[in-house]
Amino acid sequence: MTRSKFAASTALATGLIVLAGAASAQEIRFMCYSDGNECEVYDDVLTRFEAENDGVDVIVDVVPYQAILENLPVQLAAGTGPDLAKVTDLGGLNEYYLDLTPYVDATAWEEAFGGTLDWYRGGPDDAGIYGMHSQLTITGAFVNATLFEQAGVEMPGEDATWEDWAEASRAVAEATDTPFPMAIDRSGHRVAGPAISYGAALFGEDGTPTLSDDGFAAFVAQFVAWNEDGTMARDVWAGQGGATYQDAAQEFINGELVFYYSGSWQVGRMDEQVGDFFDWQVVGSPCGPAGACSGMPGGAGIVGFEQTDHPEIVAAVIDFLAQPEIYAEVTSRTRNLPAHLGVGDMVEYQDVSDPAAAALTAFAADLPDVAPAAFAYQGYAGNRAMFGITVERVSQAIVGELSVEDAVGRMADDLAAAMAETQ
Amino acid sequence: MARVWAFLTNTRGGARLHWTDWASYAYLTLGIFLMFGPVVWLVMSSFKTEADLQRYPPTFLPYQQETVMVDGYDDPLPLFLMTGGEYEGQVLAQLRRVGLQAQMIDPENPTERLRVTIDQREPVDRIALATENYTDLFERFSFLRYFWNSTFITIMATALMLLVNSMAAFALSKYEFRGRTTVLLLVISTLMIPQTVVLVPLFLIVTELGLFNSLWGVIIPGAATPTGVFLLRQYMLTIPDEILDAARMDKASEWKIYWRIILPLSAPAIAVLAILAIMWRWNDFLWPLIVLTQSENFTLQLALNSFQGELQTDWSSLLAMTVLTLLPIACVFMFLQKYIATGIASTGGK
Amino acid sequence: MLSLISPLMRIVEIPMLALQRLLGMNKLAWVFLAPNLVLFGLFAFLPVILNFSYATTGGDNVLLADRPDVGLRNFVQLTDCTNHFDPNSCREDKFWRAVWNTTWFVTLQVGFMVGFSLLTALILNRDIRARGFFRAVFFFPVLLSPVVVALIWKWILQREGVLNAFLDWTGAGGINWLVDAGWAFAWSVFISVWAHMGFYTLILLAGLQAIPRDVYEAAIMDRASPWRSLTRITLPLLAPTMLVVLVLALIKGVQTFDEVYAFTGGGPGTATTFIIQYIYERGFAGAPRLFGLAAAASLLVALVLILLTLVQLWLNRRNVDG
Repeated sequence: MTRSKFAASTALATGLIVLAGAASAQEIRFMCYSDGNECEVYDDVLTRFEAENDGVDVIVDVVPYQAILENLPVQLAAGTGPDLAKVTDLGGLNEYYLDLTPYVDATAWEEAFGGTLDWYRGGPDDAGIYGMHSQLTITGAFVNATLFEQAGVEMPGEDATWEDWAEASRAVAEATDTPFPMAIDRSGHRVAGPAISYGAALFGEDGTPTLSDDGFAAFVAQFVAWNEDGTMARDVWAGQGGATYQDAAQEFINGELVFYYSGSWQVGRMDEQVGDFFDWQVVGSPCGPAGACSGMPGGAGIVGFEQTDHPEIVAAVIDFLAQPEIYAEVTSRTRNLPAHLGVGDMVEYQDVSDPAAAALTAFAADLPDVAPAAFAYQGYAGNRAMFGITVERVSQAIVGELSVEDAVGRMADDLAAAMAETQ
Repeated sequence: MARVWAFLTNTRGGARLHWTDWASYAYLTLGIFLMFGPVVWLVMSSFKTEADLQRYPPTFLPYQQETVMVDGYDDPLPLFLMTGGEYEGQVLAQLRRVGLQAQMIDPENPTERLRVTIDQREPVDRIALATENYTDLFERFSFLRYFWNSTFITIMATALMLLVNSMAAFALSKYEFRGRTTVLLLVISTLMIPQTVVLVPLFLIVTELGLFNSLWGVIIPGAATPTGVFLLRQYMLTIPDEILDAARMDKASEWKIYWRIILPLSAPAIAVLAILAIMWRWNDFLWPLIVLTQSENFTLQLALNSFQGELQTDWSSLLAMTVLTLLPIACVFMFLQKYIATGIASTGGK
Repeated sequence: MLSLISPLMRIVEIPMLALQRLLGMNKLAWVFLAPNLVLFGLFAFLPVILNFSYATTGGDNVLLADRPDVGLRNFVQLTDCTNHFDPNSCREDKFWRAVWNTTWFVTLQVGFMVGFSLLTALILNRDIRARGFFRAVFFFPVLLSPVVVALIWKWILQREGVLNAFLDWTGAGGINWLVDAGWAFAWSVFISVWAHMGFYTLILLAGLQAIPRDVYEAAIMDRASPWRSLTRITLPLLAPTMLVVLVLALIKGVQTFDEVYAFTGGGPGTATTFIIQYIYERGFAGAPRLFGLAAAASLLVALVLILLTLVQLWLNRRNVDG
């Protein structure tokens, strides 16, 4: 290895890049992250787009999720962002989005994506079309049906409440010597559905967000109590700190957990890793004392950025991915739920076992139960701050650093401080 | 002390082991167990399937369930050992399981279907390496491209850092000039601000300089490490000034003194710094993550971490990739570590 | 490699010699320093100066031009407490929890780190068999990325992990290590020592090479005991290297972050939340991104570190002079 050789080869490499850049002036950069095989599938279907559009080269750059969450906003602020990206902070990045309205058939988009378009908008007065929701998720519960059968406990029915499920899960766990009756992922997003079912409004009359109304406090008190009496797997929330995400999939897969509240994205993993070990099924979101039986919608979407040099191509790429047949194909290959209202019956999941197909259907069927507050929360630009505050303070209450009242009080203070900084 | 002991045992005629030797070997054995054991386990785990990785309690060796092909069935069937009931002791293949019951067949006699309860069977496992964790990596992305980027960054940044830092350390240790203490304190004070914090300002500077999405954007800022200057300077302090004075008598230029005397005499410290620099640049993640966004510029660490999604992490691929990235630098360490032991005793003679 | 560097160095010698004649010996020092100072100025000092600007501005914008000036408000917010020893009485309770956690952590961690690295370096410096192999054994954990370090130890320490399986087998019964605040803290200390000990061992090993052999020969002539030669010869002559190790161990100890973050996430609750995690969550990972508060916190930490380092340097100088 010699210095001159290195110098020469870099010069050559730089030269090649410059040349390549000149030859295909329409190079589009798509920053993507994977929770499975999404980026591979996009890369594959986009070759068809490239074939249709001569001279356009869409390059999918697969990055860690951390880059999307932490670095993309900085790069966008500095004007060095990609042309398009798959993002999860849907409303939060709104100021950088490219409005697709001039380039696409707006009516068709409104019809196809309806409510999810709102999640990408800056506020109620914003009517732009910014993002294609590529991966719709909904939270819900997985249960270990084999354990229920072994324990001889009847599974609670359709309208069962959280209390019913807690009682049944405890009975099953006791009868089968299973360590944990229930668990909820350590995430502010996951507890939002149950909190709404307990009466949390999340937004005041005037639209100000709140994490400390009576409903929310009631849920926090119940959740903390369940962690203390062993109904909830304490490891999940107490074993971590900060706003870190922690799931309980490993416990569920190992048959140590009766009732696991997570979401539709876990179906592929359960299918693959539980295998023949036990029977599992999806039962949606239980109901709360407030009458609602809400889960929480979520997911990721593909957006274009205003700072791109080729807005019309970026819009064309996203529009291509939004075509019903392409959208249906991607959805089935990535085993996601479709957000596109026009592709319902076109999605045929490939290589999926019966339980997984049943689970995906069950999740899709649970969508109508989602409360309006949950949709509003998912569409609120400041929801990431609220998720983080929930996780941090509720965890502190669970491990005993704060009382439930103090935790709820701190949540109100934190939220007020966050609101003050972003105005 | 260690050297004295070594010296003492040596002069006593080699073969005899002092009690301190026994203590040392006991400590080192414990070290293998504690320091190296987890690393070995990491390597073993990289050969496990994703399902095996999630299993409680974790096993040391990678296991997969034994399967058998039976006439009349297209897919291989999983094998179970019966631990109770009518068929105790037999190895049966499972057709399907419904709730607490399972339908099994004897591979020797595939026509007869047997019903058993599931707590009377346990899977027959065999040790199997999931080498697909590794082979998939090469199919999934341009491994060699990332490998080249990582190598290029590491070599260039290390060379640049060693040169620049050793020059500065030479000036700070062997010259008396006004402002020396100030410079030294300034250098050390930059250690105090963690990299995480200056990431954003540094990113803005690098972007202004036009180094965004360029490998040089990773190489050049990486060369300014206060640790290197501080480490080398402290080592050079221990080199006797007489050697320099003698050289100056012989009319050697200062530059010659630097690269003909100081650098060779600092070999152990330079070897250490080289190892550290190579390791830092090779394993660097946060900084390349923000500077390099285009896949043709990605390093191995970026590719490795792209297995971490929002909700799921592909551990089997991540571990295989970790082992692959570990190999080259482990080799580099084994090669360079011998230079650590070439001190004043061996090179200071001339 | 060397055959290529030698002519290069000889070419550099020509302008350097000219400069030496022109500037004289002592000003030449600045020429040796120049490349380093340029790199440092651009990539180390300038970011720190910008950091000051972030600390005195508010909001969640990245670009300084878009950030409103708030004066010292961020510092006031951080230090607003009725009792600094009780985080619950502070406006930024998480900051003060992190401060006290870090104080305890660093006290324990630096002690163990320096002690074990010194012991290991002394043993590895002996005339033992398979020295290279053993050096590698102790250095290997340093090569692992924080995510992987955390993953390995989670496997070992999780409820049904290796350690509990072993304890069950001995009949002692397992402990849910990572859910208990005290144990999680103790294991965080252990893991950070485990992961970084090799780094300091290596520096000390290099330092031990600088001690000339004839000093020991003289000691043997005087029939000094091994303990005496350790305390009278090895340690004093190792002082400059020990200073590096102490200063670095302290600074890096205060800056402990990634492996503990990946290991416990700072939990249970806030039991292992250290100062850099607070800064990271405030400024980068959390929402809204409060760069101002993060920068202010980092400057407060830097101030404390500078004071501690000056004390160390001063103690060192006094020892050397005495």
